Amino acid sequence: MRLTVNGVEHDIASPPLTTLLDVLREELVVTSPKAGCQQGGCGACTVLVDGEPRRACLLPVAAVDGAEIVTAEGLGEPDELSTVQAAFHEHYAAQCGFCTAGFVMATAALAARSDGDVGREEVIEALSGHVCRCTGYVKIVEAATAAVRGDASPARASADTEPQGEDEVTLIPGSPA
Amino acid sequence: MAGTVDATEVIVAASLEEAVEAFGDGDGVTVVAGGTIVMPEIRHGRLRPERALLLGRAGLAGVQRADGRTTIGAATTLADLEDAVEPLGTCARWVADLEIRGQATLGGNLCAPPGEEGPRGDLQAALLALDAQVRSTAAGGERTEPVEDFLASGPQGRLVLDVSFEEPEAAATASVRRPHAHAYTILRVCVARAGGGLRVAVVGAGPVAVRSRAVEQSGDANRVLDDITPHDDALASAWYRSKVLPVLVRRALDDLEAR
Repeated sequence: MRLTVNGVEHDIASPPLTTLLDVLREELVVTSPKAGCQQGGCGACTVLVDGEPRRACLLPVAAVDGAEIVTAEGLGEPDELSTVQAAFHEHYAAQCGFCTAGFVMATAALAARSDGDVGREEVIEALSGHVCRCTGYVKIVEAATAAVRGDASPARASADTEPQGEDEVTLIPGSPA
Repeated sequence: MAGTVDATEVIVAASLEEAVEAFGDGDGVTVVAGGTIVMPEIRHGRLRPERALLLGRAGLAGVQRADGRTTIGAATTLADLEDAVEPLGTCARWVADLEIRGQATLGGNLCAPPGEEGPRGDLQAALLALDAQVRSTAAGGERTEPVEDFLASGPQGRLVLDVSFEEPEAAATASVRRPHAHAYTILRVCVARAGGGLRVAVVGAGPVAVRSRAVEQSGDANRVLDDITPHDDALASAWYRSKVLPVLVRRALDDLEAR
């Protein structure tokens, strides 16, 4: 079996029913896809398979023999982030970081199939299969919206996506907002 | 990591003929279509297949429409059914998230064993309401039967090829809201009117979807409990389901009436 991962071709030695996730992480040491729930429910292992977002934990590697796989490592470089990565960075859309690569790949897929004119609901729908255990969804949705609109900067996206009319929200009286 | 799968013989069928031959009488064969149900079972060692038959490249995917009849290949993904004839389209859109829908298949949904946490097979009620026919094969030969019979006898020993149905005059569906993207259907009612007859089906109230003939014959939503005795599971109690089910039937029938 062969896979092209982030532009590099590899011969695969793992048994054919091994999950794509295990092949990526353990055989090829491509570790941005995370082994979270490993039953399709958390989204942390999401990668692009021939351009489509897929759960690497649910795919036997034999089912994707010959496919082109893109992970977060294949989107940009540390000193030259992709638009999606830059948006997540600019918007502080990562806390512990475990779910981040999955959200980034789902956002990259949305950006690729969209004309850039997306609303908040469409972004939320596209990310609905992904779980952030730090519950940092507000920042993630802002970052994803900015990225799909092609603008990584926080100012423009937050003006469009944050609730209007409230200058300051104090969750607990007396606490810093 | 992969110790449980080393011993499995894996067949990646490249054609329908190869798939049928590899399936044989189905004995000892685990069919992997989208993989969304069986892969976690295999990965965590709960299922150790002697042989695994991968269907993704067997040419079993695709939707065809001719003379008012829709035929859907067993390996068609739920993403490709989101715009299907109602109520199938709505049921497909409600399954999980777009990534799972891009992998999960119609055949897998039809053959899904009930999960520990709750029922599966979110599309089954729609297929019952549409009076779908299931074409399947095995060593003994091909067979086409109503989806109701297929669900009652179970998928053991059968390789599903396709599902087909006539477009109904009108259809509607009502469901309990899903609490999050990955919850299986707690309860859903699908209704359709065709040829002067009414068909009413429920998914989420038992191991597989079933029809309610009492409602079909009387038009009385409350009589759904004559046919269906809801159960307790991790998603909802029998008490809750028995209170909500007649309400969903009434809503679906009202919606059908308005069409």
